[in-house]
Amino acid sequence: MAKLIVSILLTALLSFVCGLFLPWWTIALAAFVVSVLIPQRPLFAFFSGFFAILLLWGGLAVAMDQMNQSILSAKVAAILPLGGSAYLLIFVTALVGALVGGGAAITGAFLRPALPE
Amino acid sequence: MVETTGMRIVPFLISLFLTTGLVFCLNRQWDLGDFKKTPVLGSFLSPQHGFWQNAEPVGSDFNGTVRLPGLEGKGEVYFDEYLVPHVYAKSEVDACYIQGYLHAKFRLWQMEFQTFAAAGRLSAVLGAGKDEVYIRYDRSMRRLGMVEAAKAELAEIEKDSVSKRDCDAYTAGVNAWIGQLKEGDLPLEYKLLNYKPEPWTNLKIALFIKDMAYELAGGDNDFEMTNAKSFFSKEDMAKLYPAIQDSLDPIIPKGTKFLAPSFLPKAPAGADSLYFNNPVTVTDREMGSEKSNGSNNWAVSGMKTISHAPILCNDPHLNTTMPSIWYQMQIHTPGYNVYGVSFPGAPFVIIGFNDDCAWGITNAGRDVRDYYSIRFKDETRREYWFNKEWKTAEMRVDTILIRGQQPFYDTVMTTVFGPVMFDESFTGFSDVASNRSYAVRWKAADPSNEMATFSRFQSIRSYDDYKQALLTFKCPGQNFVFADKSGVVAMRQEGEFPAKWKGQGLYVMPGEDSSYLWQRSIPREENPYMFADSANRGFVSSANQEPVDSTYPYYLGSDFPIYRGLIINRLLNNMNSITPADMMKMQTNTYDVFAEMARPLLLKFIDRGRLNEKATGYLNTVRQWNLYNNPLEEGPVIFNYWWNQFSKNILDDEFSKASVPMTRPQESTVVEALIKDSAWSFIDNVNTPEKETLTQEVTDAFLKIVPQLQQDEQNDRITWAKNKDTWVRHLLRIPQLSREHLPIGGGARCINAAKQFHGPSWRMIVHLTNKTEAYGVYPGGQSGNPGSPYYDNFVDYWATGRYYPLWVMGPEEIKDQRVKWVMHFE
Repeated sequence: MAKLIVSILLTALLSFVCGLFLPWWTIALAAFVVSVLIPQRPLFAFFSGFFAILLLWGGLAVAMDQMNQSILSAKVAAILPLGGSAYLLIFVTALVGALVGGGAAITGAFLRPALPE
Repeated sequence: MVETTGMRIVPFLISLFLTTGLVFCLNRQWDLGDFKKTPVLGSFLSPQHGFWQNAEPVGSDFNGTVRLPGLEGKGEVYFDEYLVPHVYAKSEVDACYIQGYLHAKFRLWQMEFQTFAAAGRLSAVLGAGKDEVYIRYDRSMRRLGMVEAAKAELAEIEKDSVSKRDCDAYTAGVNAWIGQLKEGDLPLEYKLLNYKPEPWTNLKIALFIKDMAYELAGGDNDFEMTNAKSFFSKEDMAKLYPAIQDSLDPIIPKGTKFLAPSFLPKAPAGADSLYFNNPVTVTDREMGSEKSNGSNNWAVSGMKTISHAPILCNDPHLNTTMPSIWYQMQIHTPGYNVYGVSFPGAPFVIIGFNDDCAWGITNAGRDVRDYYSIRFKDETRREYWFNKEWKTAEMRVDTILIRGQQPFYDTVMTTVFGPVMFDESFTGFSDVASNRSYAVRWKAADPSNEMATFSRFQSIRSYDDYKQALLTFKCPGQNFVFADKSGVVAMRQEGEFPAKWKGQGLYVMPGEDSSYLWQRSIPREENPYMFADSANRGFVSSANQEPVDSTYPYYLGSDFPIYRGLIINRLLNNMNSITPADMMKMQTNTYDVFAEMARPLLLKFIDRGRLNEKATGYLNTVRQWNLYNNPLEEGPVIFNYWWNQFSKNILDDEFSKASVPMTRPQESTVVEALIKDSAWSFIDNVNTPEKETLTQEVTDAFLKIVPQLQQDEQNDRITWAKNKDTWVRHLLRIPQLSREHLPIGGGARCINAAKQFHGPSWRMIVHLTNKTEAYGVYPGGQSGNPGSPYYDNFVDYWATGRYYPLWVMGPEEIKDQRVKWVMHFE
């Protein structure tokens, strides 16, 4: 459990730092690296990567949307098209990031030998 | 499952494949068909890179310190509650530098996009488009010579040390902003379309100026009129296209004496009868530029105001776009203190006022673009027949980059007349093949430096300064209204105009010798002008109507709208003790003079016996209508449907027979003809044996619109604002980034000229009292970012006819509570 939480926090943190300077897809590298450094069962690794980015992207999107009072998200959600729903747009944002994070993390987990049961 | 002592190869490969596949898919644009593409979803959605970064926090803090290399002194920018910057710079150069920086900070995408459009580079950003519309657009702009014209302008700018210095500083300011941009900081539109800004240059400033010239002086009907002349008889031509409208009230009042012409252009023999005996049809089609770009400006002198100080008003009509074409600002330097609106893309305040004077502009609409028919020797188009010999044409190859496709190479020939716009390889926006070649002569292609005029305007202190500043302004010709605190009120139609013989350039001209060339320019002192207090008139005004009556010695072109000018002059003539509030009421006036003339005619000739109850109801509504195009009125909807249908009924038979585009007569021509002659020859339908009467046509038209009116009634589109449906539309025409369905009245023929996508782009009223009192509003907001609360915050005020006070901040007011944020430049 501790490993899971540490992995999530570390992935989110590393992704955030990468995002400041590097392209968006470095969230995948961050999740992959953390998963290699902190061995977990593949499914757990997936969840750490998934939730790390879900929280990071979802959290950032929620915060930015709140401060912006949904001025922009309503417009973008109408263009994409997501029916103009800011909530749906935040959900899609978080989900897209989470899938990339989870996939990268499980890939990292498979790089290591199977952990003893 | 394969288990090894090391990594688990198969699951690893599978998840690696799936994850990289997902990243790959999210890292590219996907085609949606219909020439639409998705953004790059991964980066677009990423809160640290994508659109979320453009979600500007409400109540954002715009305070800050900016270090600009090359700034001469320190500068301060005080933003008020509307995000209007009040720039305090230590020198004029620094002011340009800071202005460039602010334009880029708030409006970068539009300024670059507009200069891409001007340079014929839209395909590079948008791809080929449906029916290759963007390639056609780019070829049109290149062939017209927009880039060459901008280069010629740039050369003139660089010859003038002050203009060069100011443009260099402006460009440096724009690039200082671009240089520090990170991916997340890019304006939303770059993220939607997936491209990045390139460095700004002085050439882009020149391109922007040429884009305005294109918008305002890039229209003509030469092809449509040539087709008409080839189709109609001489008598019909005179009926359909009279040189001057009876009801015209020109900018310079009728009867004004003009200087004797210093030069009389000579018409070639046979020019009058050209095409009557040897018909020619032109199928090439120009780009559909907005031909009804109009504007109003007027100024009243102290003799008509309550304060005895002049009041100057201006509302230029342009496409109502988001982001707006205008950016409002005050610029204070040791040399001047100016307030007004600027063009993101160019330095200086373009329409505004300083501590002594105010100025405004409307389009002159003179015909300064003409076509010449070129006879090439053969298909290579290398040589053309000119002055009895084969002359070699200059050739250039334009490379048009197209997103997602191989570049297109366009071979363009240039003749003594100008570049060949249309030939066998390019028919413009027409799909009809044609092997004719037409060269274009366009005034905006001549070298000039319009920036020098605006540079001088910032610091004009008197009428003489204003007149002097106008000397460098050549194209697009404008009506420059002027008023100052000493009480002078004036209007000058300025620009460099070709001295044309009567009818020159109304039709395509033969391009086989020099006889049809433009001969000389009209000397500047012969341009029309007037003072408000001459003949005790007390005001000057312009609304794109013909500037002068028929006694002016030069030919001006055709196609001038008359109705806004009529109502403006009527109102001003009857007004006294004028206040700024009166001017606000006037700028938003929606009275329709055309309807005032046409409705009695329609009502007189309708046969009520043929109307059922429903139709009679509509007739009563339009009969009782007060002639104001107000948002909730049904009258203007019924009237406009009725007139348009009637006009179609009487003219379609002749005009559809020709099967090539021909200019339709102006509304004023038709109504004036019918008032004089209820048996006007065009009333008869040439396709029927019987002879139709005016009563028959007027009644048929009314009966025909009834079903449409009933449908509109059901769909809640029978009131004027809903029917007209005014938008302030995003430049990319994305509805979600536009403001739709605005509750605004008016229309093309009203002072409040709000049409569907076009209208008053900046309403300004300047009362030149000791301490200037000014008001203004434009449809948009100071920020170009759709994620900012300042993106569209002026729109509702604009639509409902309200104004903001324009605060000229004094140096003693930096602590005033209206100052919300301060940016320090050092």
